[in-house]
Amino acid sequence: MKINRRRFLLGTTVVGGGLLIGYATTRPSKHSVANDTLAENGQSFLTTWLRIDPDNTVTVLVPHSEMGQGVLTSLPMMAADELDADWDLVRVEQAPATDLFANGVLVKGFAQSMGVSVPGFLDGAINKVSEIMNIQITGGSSSVRFTGENGMRVAGAAAREMLIKTAAARWEVPESELTARLSHVHHEASGRTATYGELASDAARFEPSPNPRLKEPHEFTLMGKPIPRIDIPAKVDGTAAFGMDARLPGMLYAAVKTSPVFGNKLVSVNSDVALQRRGVVRVVELDDAVAVVADNYWRAKQALAALDIQFEATANDQVSTQSIYAQFDTALQGELNEDVEEGDTPTALAGAATTIDATYRVPYLAHAAMEPMNCTVHFHDGKADVWTGTQDNLGIRGRVASISGLDENDVTMHMFYLGGGFGRRLPNTTNTIDQATRIAQQFDVPVQTIWSREEDMQQDYYRTAVTSAFRAGFDASNNLIAWENHYIGKNEPAEAAHPPYSIPNKSIAYADSPTHVPLGAWRSVAHSQHTFFLESFVDELAHKAGKNPYQFRLDMLRDKPRHTAVLKAAAERAGWERNLPEGHAMGIALQESFGSIVAQVAEVSINSDGSVRVHRVTCALDCGRSVNPDTVASQAESGIIYGLTAALYGEITIANGRVEQTNFNDYEMLRLSDSPEIDVVTIESGAALGGLGEPATPPVAAAVANAVYILTGQRVRELPLKNYRFTAAPVERVA
Amino acid sequence: MARFRVNGVAQELDIEPEMPLLWALRDELGLTGTKFGCGVAACGACTVQVNGNPVRSCVTPVSAVEGTDITTIEGLAVNAAAALSPVQQAWIDHQVPQCGYCQSGMIMAVSALLTANPNPSDDEIDGAITNICRCGTYPRVRKAIRSLTAATTA
Repeated sequence: MKINRRRFLLGTTVVGGGLLIGYATTRPSKHSVANDTLAENGQSFLTTWLRIDPDNTVTVLVPHSEMGQGVLTSLPMMAADELDADWDLVRVEQAPATDLFANGVLVKGFAQSMGVSVPGFLDGAINKVSEIMNIQITGGSSSVRFTGENGMRVAGAAAREMLIKTAAARWEVPESELTARLSHVHHEASGRTATYGELASDAARFEPSPNPRLKEPHEFTLMGKPIPRIDIPAKVDGTAAFGMDARLPGMLYAAVKTSPVFGNKLVSVNSDVALQRRGVVRVVELDDAVAVVADNYWRAKQALAALDIQFEATANDQVSTQSIYAQFDTALQGELNEDVEEGDTPTALAGAATTIDATYRVPYLAHAAMEPMNCTVHFHDGKADVWTGTQDNLGIRGRVASISGLDENDVTMHMFYLGGGFGRRLPNTTNTIDQATRIAQQFDVPVQTIWSREEDMQQDYYRTAVTSAFRAGFDASNNLIAWENHYIGKNEPAEAAHPPYSIPNKSIAYADSPTHVPLGAWRSVAHSQHTFFLESFVDELAHKAGKNPYQFRLDMLRDKPRHTAVLKAAAERAGWERNLPEGHAMGIALQESFGSIVAQVAEVSINSDGSVRVHRVTCALDCGRSVNPDTVASQAESGIIYGLTAALYGEITIANGRVEQTNFNDYEMLRLSDSPEIDVVTIESGAALGGLGEPATPPVAAAVANAVYILTGQRVRELPLKNYRFTAAPVERVA
Repeated sequence: MARFRVNGVAQELDIEPEMPLLWALRDELGLTGTKFGCGVAACGACTVQVNGNPVRSCVTPVSAVEGTDITTIEGLAVNAAAALSPVQQAWIDHQVPQCGYCQSGMIMAVSALLTANPNPSDDEIDGAITNICRCGTYPRVRKAIRSLTAATTA
């Protein structure tokens, strides 16, 4: 983000108490608060998310973080389209991390996605909740489908109405005779025309309507077009600033070593060794970590490495991946919590002609965002300034305030691009922020705390390992009649383990089995594990029933037309099992997540060394409607490679209570050389908008593993695939 | 004293000879376009060009670049005598970056490759471009490279 001085001031001059869009439910309305406190040089806020300058530029304030998903482009597109703004005159800023810009629309969207009905008259209350909860989160594939659809479009349409109303009053003509086009209001009959900039200050005196008329899709001028992303030019010339790029006068750098066994406390450190080194200013002892602060990060890191740091020993030192998996197995034999109960599964299984059992497992995973975790904090004059890239600026403001005992309004967030998010930079995963705050509290200059890649990998909030045990039953006609699934851990989202297929008897339950390993959301959250389990096991069942895996799924989707269309689109586009080169096979998988339905077909072969080669992934997706089609494609490509990296290589193991992997040499990543061709086809179903940041990640592991089964006869029930050396022994194909 | 030229400008730094070039660029010269990703030359986010050759600056001590000409992402366009180098323009045309963090190194590696070998085979591209991108921009990286070599390889 290019941080200009005005943006800095924005963060410090806002007084709290306003509400989000400033609609009739609140007094004073948010946009009027924004006009009183933030507008300068003749600017006018028509809602808190839209500011119009006298020179006719429209600035859209985006309350989400840009981490490559294109939100700084797609949300302004949605507002500008409804506003009938000239895209060339649209600018974008990230909304300040202040109460005024808390994102109530997001809270409402999540509530509704969970089946909670929120009547319009409660909007004000929702906004209040979003403030109290400090909601400004980017996650859950929610920005476009909630903030964009229910917030940005409404804000743009409401502002357009305010501008037209203003012109009508000024020219004393009926509103119905006015048209808005390319940032101008026109009165065709008299030939009069005015720019939005000329009308804005008067328009801002109106209240924005809470329910302006929104465009029909055929009226869109921007939505649905592949608009180049606004953030890309700065990302090719080195000017895009990430949190680690914050540079401040007199700043110092901190390198940190945290107890490798999560939660163990610091016992002792020989600080003198570090203090004698060039550039080292101080050694800071924290509860479970040591930081060396120096005038250059490398000097801090070298000095840290020279220290003899002793951490306490605890029972957690004995924990290993093996002990955790044994604990999971025991838990699955114990008390279970109900997830889904439909029909009478025990009876159906008892009476089944055939039953099939399988137990699946996936390991812990690290996020390994390219930008190692970092945060810069400066305490001065009883206040704090924070420079970091985060998926929740308001949440981090609150966290720094609570650790330091400051009022939230005395903490100013300076926002940056995120060098990868993937869930690692969400709230409740703040160990870096906490450390950076505590370290900086001991200084009166800015201190940038940077984690080494090793710390980043060993102090993550991990995608949890899961064991999932299945039993299914067929009747005498080979119809799937019973589905039993017991797994570890409560799911987020709750539906992650629910198969989309019509199966009359289902019993799904989970066991709690906590460990000392810290857990967090990882791109697509519980879908990343459960889609691998579900879609692999369904594939097993298809082969068991002697049916083609594609047809087997279709047969059980008769009441799900969108799923059917997506599955068919993927199979047809991929040329399902047609014209495959010798030694290649296809696997298919399907999942709905975050409101989008995705099917993928992977074309796979086995290398001469027994490893897996993925040649092509065909991805069909239905996200309702594409706002920026090029971003839809890029998010699908990205999600597939993220999921494929985990399927092929991803594995965090625990030994002696600590993570064994240290860096990219032992936590491998997919690279250009093994990146498949990716073909994305979208289905514009017109359904409610679905998310895009996550839904392409879940299916790919199962699609690949299902192809591996065709090639080798070996059913992959544990990931990653790098742990296998396959020999080709093709199973008989079912046409 | 460490002496080298960065983007055409002579630099003289009173730093330890073993300090990696990455931290000399970022913390001493304030050139933050070059990124820290792994510190062990495994990811390529820190790639710069030393006398035109791609180098992972996180493991390259300044003593090893004494007297050389170093180009960072900030200087790539300057050397191209245009607003953007052809690689940078191709990156925009193909909308390559997502989070963007790895892209400085990716672009530096690709532009060094294409300077040395304007018509690389797919294997040569795979061998030279081993940079990690967690956003998975690889399909677009390959398309963008191919758009620059298409005239001779299409």
